[in-house]
Amino acid sequence: MSKPKVAFYWCASCGGCEETVVDLAEDILGVVEKVEIVLWPVAMDFKYKDIEAMADGSIVATFLNGAIRSTEQAAMARLLRRKSRYMIAYGTCAHLGGIPGLANQYSREQILRFNYEESPSVVNEGGVRPRVRTEEGGHELELPELHEGVRALDQVVEVDYYVPGCPPTPNLTRAAVGALLEGRLPGRGSVLAPDVALCSECPRRESKPVDLAFSGFVRPHQKLLDPGKCFLAQGVVCMGPGTRAGCGGQCIGGNMPCTGCFGPTTRVKDQGAKMLSSLCSNVGPKEEAGIDEVLKGIPDPVGTFYRYGLAKSLLRRKKNV
Amino acid sequence: MKTEGNSGSGAGWSPRIVAFFCNWCTYTAADLAGVSRLKYAPNVRVIRLMCSGRVDPQFILEAFARGADGVLVGGCHPNDCHYVEGNYKMLRRARMLERLLEGMGVERERFRLEWISAAEGEKVKVVVNEMVERIRALGPLGWPERMGEWDREVAALAERVAVEERKQQEGEVEHV
Repeated sequence: MSKPKVAFYWCASCGGCEETVVDLAEDILGVVEKVEIVLWPVAMDFKYKDIEAMADGSIVATFLNGAIRSTEQAAMARLLRRKSRYMIAYGTCAHLGGIPGLANQYSREQILRFNYEESPSVVNEGGVRPRVRTEEGGHELELPELHEGVRALDQVVEVDYYVPGCPPTPNLTRAAVGALLEGRLPGRGSVLAPDVALCSECPRRESKPVDLAFSGFVRPHQKLLDPGKCFLAQGVVCMGPGTRAGCGGQCIGGNMPCTGCFGPTTRVKDQGAKMLSSLCSNVGPKEEAGIDEVLKGIPDPVGTFYRYGLAKSLLRRKKNV
Repeated sequence: MKTEGNSGSGAGWSPRIVAFFCNWCTYTAADLAGVSRLKYAPNVRVIRLMCSGRVDPQFILEAFARGADGVLVGGCHPNDCHYVEGNYKMLRRARMLERLLEGMGVERERFRLEWISAAEGEKVKVVVNEMVERIRALGPLGWPERMGEWDREVAALAERVAVEERKQQEGEVEHV
């Protein structure tokens, strides 16, 4: 019997998710033994036309990381969707839009203008910008077009499973691949991580006060942090109460608060709004001036509460950009 | 004035405001306004909750995302909360939510938190009328239409690819 075919693909991402596949270390040999990799642009040489030539549904699973923000990425997502039995959104960007999703606060024009003309490190006197079509020496060249906005994978094609994390941990990856090969997958549309908040597996859980009554917020670089005490008790925004567990609290272990990359649990629709609600309800003062003084310690609400999830939030995108 | 069935930004548009009123104060005040036969703009859809502290910011964002032009939250005055602390919790969330909404480009006038006691039927009338006027001046928010428009870039690509694929398939058939 031929080995099940698996594809890895990347869209708008940093490469960290690819790194995690490599972080499986010697376990990757076990994976390679059991599957045939038919596409993995970051590590191996394959041609898109080979994928196009395959029969629909002939790939067992595609692990796609990265958000969708260009016509090429959307087209590849569609192609791989058609060729695969399972489409797996791998990592935060494919799951929730991720860090690139923060670009939904700007228009395509603003992004191109800044990056090709206004950014202090750019020298581009002619104001040259990438164009979809260019004529050069009698040849016509075509480039993918940047979308107006950034989308999570399931806002472009249907997704069967999600592996969360920025990046997903090797443990989760191993578990996901194992579940897939052994046919132990949960209901379609599931996120392959525990459905509880990070606080439930946090080593600092015991030190979380019942009544927080924040008197101010500091960012991690503004204070020497106690490595044994709940971040919230130290006045540091920790997204743990509003974020899915499963990462093993790696950031917490490194004495850094959770920033929310695993996304919400199934009971929460909008991670940012829920976290805002939880944090702000626990502010100490009761009158407007005092409340504002405390909340001043969170200078960028959109970037704090939607660091990874803006594209999948209820509002999705800034108005009038 | 008819507000039913007017969607989007077409002619005859009039603001749609979702109001979350607490059971003990503001909802009772709205009831009082009713039995006192006070007249106010019919643009609010009132949702009764036990306490303004029950208003999850998700409710407010969802109202906007689903087409509300404004959201009004009404609760008991400070020190009057039936549950002692609920209105303070809402106030604290509202202070941050206002900044978040501003960051998302939603005008300040579209979200309002007011303390209205059970005896202040008149205040319900004044607040609702004021809010309707301000939002009327701003125009529709139209979030669903906005997102629909924005998602056309994905639909357009899907269509283009489908056309190309059809062509290809037809070509193959001819070739055979």
